[in-house]
Amino acid sequence: MASSDTAESTRRDFLYVATAAMGAVGVAAVAWPFIHQMNPDAATIAAGAPIDLDLSPVAEGQIIRVFWRGKPIFVRHRTPKEIADEQNTDLASLIDPAPDSARVKPGKEQWLVVYASCTHLGCIPLGHQGDWGGWFCPCHGSAYDTAGRVRRGPAPLNLPLPPYEFVENTKIRIGAGASA
Amino acid sequence: MSGHSSYQPRTGIERWLDTRLPIVRMIYDQFVAFPVPKNINYAYAFGAILAVFLIVQIVSGVVLAMHYIPHETMAFASIEHIMRDVNYGWLIRYIHMNGASFFFFAVYVHTFRGMYYGSYKEPREILWILGVIILILMMATAFMGYVLPWGQMSFWGATVITNLFSAIPFIGDPIVTWLWGGYAVGNPTLTRFYSLHYLLPFVIVGVVILHVWALHVTGQTNPDNVDPKTPDDTVHFTPFALTKDAFAIGLCFIAFAWFVFYVPNYLGHADNYVPANPGVTPAHIVPEWYLLPFYAILRAVPDKLGGVIAMFGALIVLIFLPWLDGSKVKSAAYRPWYRVFFWIFVADCIFLGWLGAMPAEGIYPTLSQVGTAWYFAHFFIIIPALGYFEKPKPLPESISEAVRLRHERPSLYARLMNR
Repeated sequence: MASSDTAESTRRDFLYVATAAMGAVGVAAVAWPFIHQMNPDAATIAAGAPIDLDLSPVAEGQIIRVFWRGKPIFVRHRTPKEIADEQNTDLASLIDPAPDSARVKPGKEQWLVVYASCTHLGCIPLGHQGDWGGWFCPCHGSAYDTAGRVRRGPAPLNLPLPPYEFVENTKIRIGAGASA
Repeated sequence: MSGHSSYQPRTGIERWLDTRLPIVRMIYDQFVAFPVPKNINYAYAFGAILAVFLIVQIVSGVVLAMHYIPHETMAFASIEHIMRDVNYGWLIRYIHMNGASFFFFAVYVHTFRGMYYGSYKEPREILWILGVIILILMMATAFMGYVLPWGQMSFWGATVITNLFSAIPFIGDPIVTWLWGGYAVGNPTLTRFYSLHYLLPFVIVGVVILHVWALHVTGQTNPDNVDPKTPDDTVHFTPFALTKDAFAIGLCFIAFAWFVFYVPNYLGHADNYVPANPGVTPAHIVPEWYLLPFYAILRAVPDKLGGVIAMFGALIVLIFLPWLDGSKVKSAAYRPWYRVFFWIFVADCIFLGWLGAMPAEGIYPTLSQVGTAWYFAHFFIIIPALGYFEKPKPLPESISEAVRLRHERPSLYARLMNR
């Protein structure tokens, strides 16, 4: 037996603990690469770089769909009436209150850029439909207005805004400022 | 049950082997002379049926993996190639598809049988917990397998299920990104699901070995609630229980063959014959039928994280069943009130399954909440309360006594014939 006869701990006990601790560190150091290999690889991250989108061909009232980082994004050219309606919406009536100005870039109120996934269970809603003329999700009946704000559940949140900025008057860069 | 070995090596070869690797002794003790209560009914055949379907899935799965290509541009086409070009590919694919459904049908009957006859009670708690672990592994395996054809249901089912993890506070989003291997469900998701779908069945085999081991330590339960006392209460597994299980498996295979040959797509979803399209969601995403009750529980809770907790909780609560049930009586045959609530619980599970297939609008979400509330009330209120209030019926002296009493009572058939 390797144990000592004395009740108090010995230097050999310390050696056991130190050896086991080094073993645990070694196992953790080897485990990490085997876990981290499942995170997005270099090619995926490179393909997730920002993309530029020319808005000039998008007619008033039109919705186009683009993909960035595998996720569909709606870009909607809103009409002056739609903008006025959303700016005058009573915030207290909203499920997820947000003013119209928080949904678009200042001075670019005609351009709405939102992720195209319903915040309920991820279906892609249909444009120009529903009681508010924004989007209607056919899966469970959620309705969004032309600012992408949810007006009728079960969806709990507004359509999220992807990171983007205007690089020219009619050109946006989707993903600008996003982390890898 | 663990007792003294009754194996007698007869030939010289057997004696030579027995002193070096007593594998024949192990097989004889565990699968020939193993004592089985002589009163078990056909509900007890589903363990053997499950073992057979695990083998069916592994054999057909290994064969399909020889022809399937896990790449987003080729996965769907390679499945169609299996259906059209590979010799008997259509048959093997339909066996694998419908095999999953039969696997789950059998595991649900198996689980309900355990709940009815108190098979989770002392001293079989570990046997039961290993079973719950197998059930969870089965669900994970079936989900990842369903993603592989890369149809519309595959893609959007994968999106919805992996997004469940995003409900976890703080670490949810990094976990989802890690599961995806990207910013959305894509090719890295498909390739890793393929690898894990191949791995997990072998993990299941490992846990099944522990499950059978635990069963052979405690011995089988039986419908009459009393443990075997004399050798007269049991029969040898071979040939008695073995032939009974084989007969049940034969009946099961008849039903299975009918599905495979005549209605191979009845249990599936037509939308999965449309290739995955990340830009269009099918109007009504539903999981495979065997996950519908849990899907209904997920949608019943109006909060995202709450729904995820409720859904996983519905599975995890099974682990604690041995300690929630305080009744000393095992079998529902001697528990008049437990029997009533058991069948209400079975009906509730089927009700939830039906609701999971309905759209989440109108009256259905309210009904789902009622069904979910009952599901948890069964475990946390009804079962503990019955342990206190229920007066069980008198138990038979022994298994032989119970069998004799049952034979004295005329069967329904005899009563109809003598009318």
